[in-house]
Amino acid sequence: MTVSTTYRTCPRSGLQFEDQAEKLIKANAFTAIVALLVGGILALGVVLTRWPAVHLLSADAFYMVLTAHGLDMLIFWMIFFEIAVLYFASSTLLRCRIATPRIAWAAYWLMLVGAVINNVAVFQGESSVMMTSYVPMMAHWSFYLGLVVFAVGALIACAVFFGTLVVAKREKTYEGSVPLVTFGAMTAAIIAVFTLLSGAIILVPTLFLSWGLVQNVDPLAYRVIWWALGHSSQQINVAAHISIWYAVAAIVLGAKPMSERVSRGAFLLYILFLQLASAHHILADPGVSTEWKIVNTSYFMYFAVLASMIHALSVPGAMEVAQRARGFNKGLFEWLRKAPWGNPVFSSIFISLVGFGFLGGITGVMMGTEQLNLLIHNTIYVPGHFHATVVIGTTMTFMGMTYFLVPVLFRREIINPGLARLQPFLFGFAMYAFTIVMMGAGTLGVSRRHWDMAFNGNALAYEWPGAAYLMMGLVGITGVIAIIGGAVFIYLVVGSLLWGKRLDGGKVSNTFTFLNRAAPSAPLQTYGSAGFVAPGTFVLTMIFLLTFILYYFVNWKYLGQLWGLS
Amino acid sequence: MTAILPPSDRLWWKHPMDRQETIWIIISFIWCMVMFAMMVGWHFFGKQNLATETYKVDPAAFAERAEAFAKKYTVRTETEQEVPVVAPPEGSDVYMIGRLWNWWPILELEKGKTYKLHMTSMDYNHGFSLQPINLNIQVVPGYEHVIKVTPNESGTYAIVCNEFCGIGHHEMVGRLYVK
Repeated sequence: MTVSTTYRTCPRSGLQFEDQAEKLIKANAFTAIVALLVGGILALGVVLTRWPAVHLLSADAFYMVLTAHGLDMLIFWMIFFEIAVLYFASSTLLRCRIATPRIAWAAYWLMLVGAVINNVAVFQGESSVMMTSYVPMMAHWSFYLGLVVFAVGALIACAVFFGTLVVAKREKTYEGSVPLVTFGAMTAAIIAVFTLLSGAIILVPTLFLSWGLVQNVDPLAYRVIWWALGHSSQQINVAAHISIWYAVAAIVLGAKPMSERVSRGAFLLYILFLQLASAHHILADPGVSTEWKIVNTSYFMYFAVLASMIHALSVPGAMEVAQRARGFNKGLFEWLRKAPWGNPVFSSIFISLVGFGFLGGITGVMMGTEQLNLLIHNTIYVPGHFHATVVIGTTMTFMGMTYFLVPVLFRREIINPGLARLQPFLFGFAMYAFTIVMMGAGTLGVSRRHWDMAFNGNALAYEWPGAAYLMMGLVGITGVIAIIGGAVFIYLVVGSLLWGKRLDGGKVSNTFTFLNRAAPSAPLQTYGSAGFVAPGTFVLTMIFLLTFILYYFVNWKYLGQLWGLS
Repeated sequence: MTAILPPSDRLWWKHPMDRQETIWIIISFIWCMVMFAMMVGWHFFGKQNLATETYKVDPAAFAERAEAFAKKYTVRTETEQEVPVVAPPEGSDVYMIGRLWNWWPILELEKGKTYKLHMTSMDYNHGFSLQPINLNIQVVPGYEHVIKVTPNESGTYAIVCNEFCGIGHHEMVGRLYVK
């Protein structure tokens, strides 16, 4: 090859970083953390306002801060980090050079410029339209421009990822098929392309509308297509963070997927069905047929839910098999008790996995059910649910990954390891409590995106039950604790980058080392035997299933008592 | 570390499955089918299904119909704004307007009777959230949504807007009585 570059082999992880890819991963991951910091500060404004006893911000400041919080967290923090993950899963895991590094940098700058334009638009105050910005409610044109520029950048970055897969294949840097983690990242990238194109389809005409070049964008069509962007962007997160779960299980415990066929098959189901989930947001809307709702919101007969349930068994199952192979074989749960709970990389991922499944997964399916949606549509239950999926699921996973990347990629030792050991528990459990009380308040009817639940001064005011006030007070308290947990994370990461002990970078060479396929190992050959290889996990998944069934039917029972509608 | 290495079998789709995974997939699949059947089945056996009867509508024309409706059945007015309280007969067409920032008019329905509720927005998206029973429906401008409602309990209800619709969003609350 004529391309001259260098490859660094990390002495701690054995991973090999190509020079340009390494810089790109660092830049994207670091920018993501900055977005997380901004979003975290804004979160404080949001929870302190929704805490009825505090009620900090004025109405216009609250709606502005809420808009910025949503965008910085859901779009900028996550997608920047995902681009870093894509480069990692392609260039680093396949030990190849990154395709078109210059274009990858252009993508990075476009994304950054777009994010800044969008933030400036929001903070100028004329764009408090929330994440969802439904027409005909209009934001300042620069709001849409920022999003479009960002999306173009992200789309180019996805193209670089696919290009890098081609480079690896052509330059024969590895043997056999791509690793499972790369396969999962590919799923995320495919969903990302679909998502970003949907965004272009709807945000470009809206940008023209804000310039007066287009006369009308249909409000219902906007909602349907917007959600093809809005919900699917969460599906990029799901595919990305599940890939990282597999990666961390491999890195920390040396775990192997129980079956490559099963895990990859589940990712394929995501590609085929996950995007249909965007219809969940249209369930209480007029103008859409029942058949359309049922087909789409069931992700076509729940095949994407099936995929998630498969991962719910195979990720912890893989961990259990690895731990048992290590001798933690006593009883059902010794493997779990003796897991490396003091390692924040592992604990973040495990807390994420359990919370994502129980709190995010179950509630997501419940609220995504055509009729049950009537119970919680637009209540604060919805942000309760998606904080369980994107914060406990994605953000915590990315935090865990960052703990891994600080020494391996940034070559710094984590400062204050005691605090680092504690942080996932503090943040994770505060987030568990936060999402539960939010869902509790939503079940009682409290609205989302609502400045004053007391309706002060309103002649027709409605008084929420006392329990709703209690729940919202707890939302404030648990929210503040979670923000402290997030602040500790930022302190640890930024502190480590600034003051952490410099670590040895390892050998640098001009060529990559060829990546051999994994050796078939003993447990692999015992597959298909009569015994269960991961009985503890099976018990856990049965508990999960029972909780799921119970919660699902409790909601149907409740719905059955309400007014008749037809 | 096989998840980050190429799999030992190049043909990963031929990788054998563990019995445990097979069993879990079968159980999960059955559960998914049950959930699918619930949504379809509720349309036949359940009472709470959102109608899909919808018309494209000009807000001004809708407002005209709503005003004629209110004029015909108003029984009294409430609050300083003199919002009409409208008591329509059973089975009739009932109108509800969502706009910045109120729900208009106040309806007075009877328990166990069925009404055809027509709803739209004059401006932005709004959220019809009936409290305390917590029934939530999206109201989209330009679209007239027609839903047959049958209140099954008497009392005073609030209609809270739960879709962000601008700076006065939190002031947008209406009322509904069931006798």
